[in-house]
Amino acid sequence: MTPRPLTLITDNWYDIRDLSNLSGKIEELIRDANGPHWAVWVVSALLGAIGIVAFIGGVAIINIWIERRVVGRMQSRLGPNRLGPFGLLQPLADAIKLMQKEVLQPKAADGLVFSIAPIAFTVPGIVIMAVLPWGRNMSLARLDVGILFILAMSSLGALAVFTGGYGSNNKYALFGAMRVIAMLVTYEIPSVLALLGLVLFSGTMDLADMVLFQEKFWIPLVLVQPLPFLIYFISSSAELNRTPADLAEAESEIAGGYHVEYSGMKFGLFYAAELINAVAISAIIATVFLGGWWFYKLDELVPGWMIFIGKIYAVYFLFVWTRGTLPRFRIDQLLAFAWKWMTPMAFANIIVVAAEVLIWDETGASAGLVLPLYIAFNMLFAGVLIVAWVRFMGPRFSRFPDRLRYFDRIDVPSLPAMRAPAPAAAAPKSGSGAPARSASEGGGDLRGGRLVGGPRP
Amino acid sequence: MIEQFGRAGFLLIFAIAFPLIPIAASVALGVFRIRPRKPDPIKSSVYECGMVPVGDALVRYNVRYYLFALLFVVFDVEAVFLYPWAVAYRALGVYAFVEALIFIAILFVGYVYAWRKRAMEWI
Repeated sequence: MTPRPLTLITDNWYDIRDLSNLSGKIEELIRDANGPHWAVWVVSALLGAIGIVAFIGGVAIINIWIERRVVGRMQSRLGPNRLGPFGLLQPLADAIKLMQKEVLQPKAADGLVFSIAPIAFTVPGIVIMAVLPWGRNMSLARLDVGILFILAMSSLGALAVFTGGYGSNNKYALFGAMRVIAMLVTYEIPSVLALLGLVLFSGTMDLADMVLFQEKFWIPLVLVQPLPFLIYFISSSAELNRTPADLAEAESEIAGGYHVEYSGMKFGLFYAAELINAVAISAIIATVFLGGWWFYKLDELVPGWMIFIGKIYAVYFLFVWTRGTLPRFRIDQLLAFAWKWMTPMAFANIIVVAAEVLIWDETGASAGLVLPLYIAFNMLFAGVLIVAWVRFMGPRFSRFPDRLRYFDRIDVPSLPAMRAPAPAAAAPKSGSGAPARSASEGGGDLRGGRLVGGPRP
Repeated sequence: MIEQFGRAGFLLIFAIAFPLIPIAASVALGVFRIRPRKPDPIKSSVYECGMVPVGDALVRYNVRYYLFALLFVVFDVEAVFLYPWAVAYRALGVYAFVEALIFIAILFVGYVYAWRKRAMEWI
């Protein structure tokens, strides 16, 4: 008899490393008590739902702190550090403050639409969690169209933002809302096509099966498909309105955008739901690209859901990182980037993946031979495609003016204070570049009335 | 399968209840007069950089949004068509691959047309 030294998970119901034991025990208890079948269903659904909502509640509280601290550290600030140890109580203080603020609602606003928006913004991020596998047997709802469910739900968030902006009856809010819709319809295409490559490779839309696929072949799909990972990461970050693409709120342009009229707890819900949606998208990426609850042999020691949460936060850190580093894009840059860069790349990726799957099936080669080849080829392909596309699109983007020469040619009108004080000065008051330069060179001061002379030597 | 969808629906109830709790707490604070409530006409007017708002906010917006929406419909319908293809792909083999190549090639013609018509630019 060979013992399995690494496996510590038992079948005991109190083993929290696999919570399906617990629900199995409860199911058994109900069946022993001759309970009806629907009671089993209700109890298991209730347990899962409570677990997910508890996780989401924790996320909404703790992520405010994480986000502010990490971004603060990235930008050489401290972040909140006054309330409690390391400022951990800051989110609670924020919540209490927001709850007791006076609720302002403009008279011109559409009351019902205005009030529904923050609630509708929170819901999809939570419902997405239902189809994700949290452990080997731990999906609340194991749908065979899980990917479609996720895509449908993740685009509902933008619709809620539009509702809020439209219902506010404010011009800034409407601009923000229209920008959200433009970004949603643009970035939906690359993200859908990026996930299509994964569905093609694993041959299933069931998220639990996708994790099992990665477990079977001992490989996280991000290695096999690096290009869809990049595309999906960028486009979901745009759909989430996070900072490289937060055109919908854009404080410096449209003064907060869609939530400019919200105050009190409704604003707080928008704020929390943004983080919840970010965690939901991180969870999707962690499931389909990084292998969910599976991590080589680790899931035999550590509970699967703990590995899964660790992966969620690893991806979430990437989101915070981009938020802390990148400046905001202009809307024309952002939309052209989706249509002209990511959509054709996603199509190219689908064709390549389809060819790879076909070759794999037709030759019947072993996975150990095929997968390393595909990893090498796909990484090379992603790099070459990006470089080639930059070259192809290049001339239009690289026509940046050479700053020095460009500014030298501009004829700057002189300010009154810089003009020659004496009317009898030798230099003419306004002339072309050359005489002014010679005058300033001769006099060594600003008597020519110019900060910058003619063309540099 | 309907059981599984039912569980997702079960979570939907919780998900709707989740944001209602803080809203209810906020309303309760208002009932007990902890939260201030002093409306006045200026406070409840629409924010417009400190000015009195000019006209209605629901103005006409740019035709560019419609161009993007049209493009989106084209590509999204196509993506929805490709999903079942992707799931059944391993069973169908070479035939499905060639079919999808032809399909994407036709779509690519439309893509180039939209590009040349400058429908993908924000101007």
